Amino acid sequence: MSLSAIFPPELTPDITAVTVRGLSFYRDGRPIFDRVDLDIPRGKVTAIMGPSGTGKTTLLQLISGQLRPDAGRIEVDGVCVHELQRRDLYQLRQRMGMLFQSGALFTDLSVFENVAFPLREHTRLPETLIRTLVLMKLEAVGLRGARDLMPAQLSGGMARRVALARAIALDPLMILYDEPFAGQDPISMAVLVKLIRTLNDALGLTSIIVSHDVKETVAIADYLYLISAGRVVEHGTPRDLDCSASPWVDQFMHARPDGPMSFHYPAPPYFSDLLAEASA
Amino acid sequence: MRQKNLELMVGVFIALGLAAFLLLALKVSDLTSIGNDQGYRITARFENVGGLKVRAPVTLGGVRIGRVISIDLDRQSYEAVATLSIDPRYDRLPADSGASILTSGLLGEQYVSLEPGGMDSYLKNGSVIKLTQSALVLEKLIGRMLTSAASGDAPRK
Amino acid sequence: MMAWLAGMGGFVLDRLVRLGRANLFLLRLLGALRFLFQRPGLLIKQLYVVGVLSLPIILVSGLFVGMVLGLQGYANLVDFGATSSLGTVVALSLIRELGPVLTALLYAGRAGSALTAEIGLMKATEQLASMQMMAVDPFQRVLAPRFLAGCIAVPILTGIFTAVGILGGYVVSVIQLGVDGGAFWAQMQAKVQLFADVGNGVLIKSAVFGLLANWVALFEGYEALPTSEGVSRATTRTVVTTSLAVLGWDFLLTALMFGDW
Repeated sequence: MSLSAIFPPELTPDITAVTVRGLSFYRDGRPIFDRVDLDIPRGKVTAIMGPSGTGKTTLLQLISGQLRPDAGRIEVDGVCVHELQRRDLYQLRQRMGMLFQSGALFTDLSVFENVAFPLREHTRLPETLIRTLVLMKLEAVGLRGARDLMPAQLSGGMARRVALARAIALDPLMILYDEPFAGQDPISMAVLVKLIRTLNDALGLTSIIVSHDVKETVAIADYLYLISAGRVVEHGTPRDLDCSASPWVDQFMHARPDGPMSFHYPAPPYFSDLLAEASA
Repeated sequence: MRQKNLELMVGVFIALGLAAFLLLALKVSDLTSIGNDQGYRITARFENVGGLKVRAPVTLGGVRIGRVISIDLDRQSYEAVATLSIDPRYDRLPADSGASILTSGLLGEQYVSLEPGGMDSYLKNGSVIKLTQSALVLEKLIGRMLTSAASGDAPRK
Repeated sequence: MMAWLAGMGGFVLDRLVRLGRANLFLLRLLGALRFLFQRPGLLIKQLYVVGVLSLPIILVSGLFVGMVLGLQGYANLVDFGATSSLGTVVALSLIRELGPVLTALLYAGRAGSALTAEIGLMKATEQLASMQMMAVDPFQRVLAPRFLAGCIAVPILTGIFTAVGILGGYVVSVIQLGVDGGAFWAQMQAKVQLFADVGNGVLIKSAVFGLLANWVALFEGYEALPTSEGVSRATTRTVVTTSLAVLGWDFLLTALMFGDW
């Protein structure tokens, strides 16, 4: 019996929403994660950061049950995600929202219908109530006026905000953000930063952000995990990490081009590589 | 409103499909003749039916009055027994009518042609036609021509 | 030599794996069909997309195929003085072979490739994944309505193609070439059997081809690599695989239905 089943989540603010123990995951025989442990606190914004290609998106897919780990356990609300039947997993997902990197709006539906989609699929609410709910969610992301547009007519930042409205349509307990700041102009980035923070506090959500944009992420995260080469390198509050003694953390947090994390992709020695090319 | 238009178009589509199948069933195929197979049956015994097929027409004076519904072999007499279904409108065919198997055109299909006799009684369900003429088998004709030619007795009129 | 053998073995194994996946895919698809009882609106929309929008190409192609059959048949039959059989020739070739086969091939090009591209792009743009994250099964919400709509549309399109083709043959032979109209229809009716020809050819064949075409299209889209190259290759594969499968099955079905063993 899980804690959250005994206590409603708002009464147990300090227990963890997601617990990861000994997670290992391989793709094409290459380890993406190697015995990773994570605790995501409930009601907080937790950021998982690391260089590109360290499997941050994969981690979100593992937490949401889209992928199965090769070893270890992932518990969401005390339930082991990868041991669930599809029906139970779908039930769990109704309490999770996920913001995809591309927004992933349905291109054949208008903005309004996109946000209404989860409501229509999972509830039997009357049309007037659906309309009210959709307009409320769109108002929350500031796009109530754009409800009749098609996704193709939206800018990247607007699409992501519509996707956010869709993710909160069913009032989830947890939202997973996959690279919410990637490829955004400074203004929409600022808008998204503010939105993520206010939504988290206003709705009492648990937010998990996966990102490599240090400045924006540090600005809103309550807790940070740094991942590299399949391991958790460091974790702590933003202030802890900012003055970390580890040279690797220092390099990443302050965006230095070279350091323990090499500028070069692993390769044979430069000189011998050039000679080999010439003799070939 | 858009949903209504969509439903209308799909409705038109399904209706078109039904119309197409109706055309295929009523105009193109033999549904009409399956429906009213209430003709009376008569049998005719032939020495050889040649290429006669089930469903071949039965005519009298060139007019179609029925069709062949089965062809069997009599195990005692080794004769072919063709069962014909005749349209009940033509119920006054003399009982001594004859049947012969003819070919329409040089390469056309084979059919049964009835020649009316002169009796006062008529053919009815279960009657047997006694006077029959078998199909012409081309190989036999040629064979007969060749043997008579070989015996120096070339066929002349 | 060993490498060549290993390569061949790998290829065969690969094909078998793919065949297995395709069949599991079909099972899941059939299992998801129940969902459509709750949401018939989805089916209507897809019937419009794959059925109504395929009508123009089917109507035009059917008409021209029928007219060509009339012309060619006439040119051949006139030497034997057998032009009265023209109706039979046109109707039987359309009903038994050309109607079902050409409709399936046209459908693969017009609707099947579009289905593959649509599903592949939905996958590439994470729309399917986001649907799963919203606890909506894409098999029920996206694939099942398209599959059922396609399986209904293909036999209907085949019926329309065949009927229009026969009318096209009628126009050319009776109105243009002066074959006797009564003989055209009468000969046709005498030779075309409702169950053996129309039932087997138009209904059973087209049902099998419809299942094949939609199964291949949806499977290729669902399995497409989520890149623009992956989707374009999947679209090509849909047309090629469907065409080959339809022609192969046509031979088998024809042998079963009309062959004298």
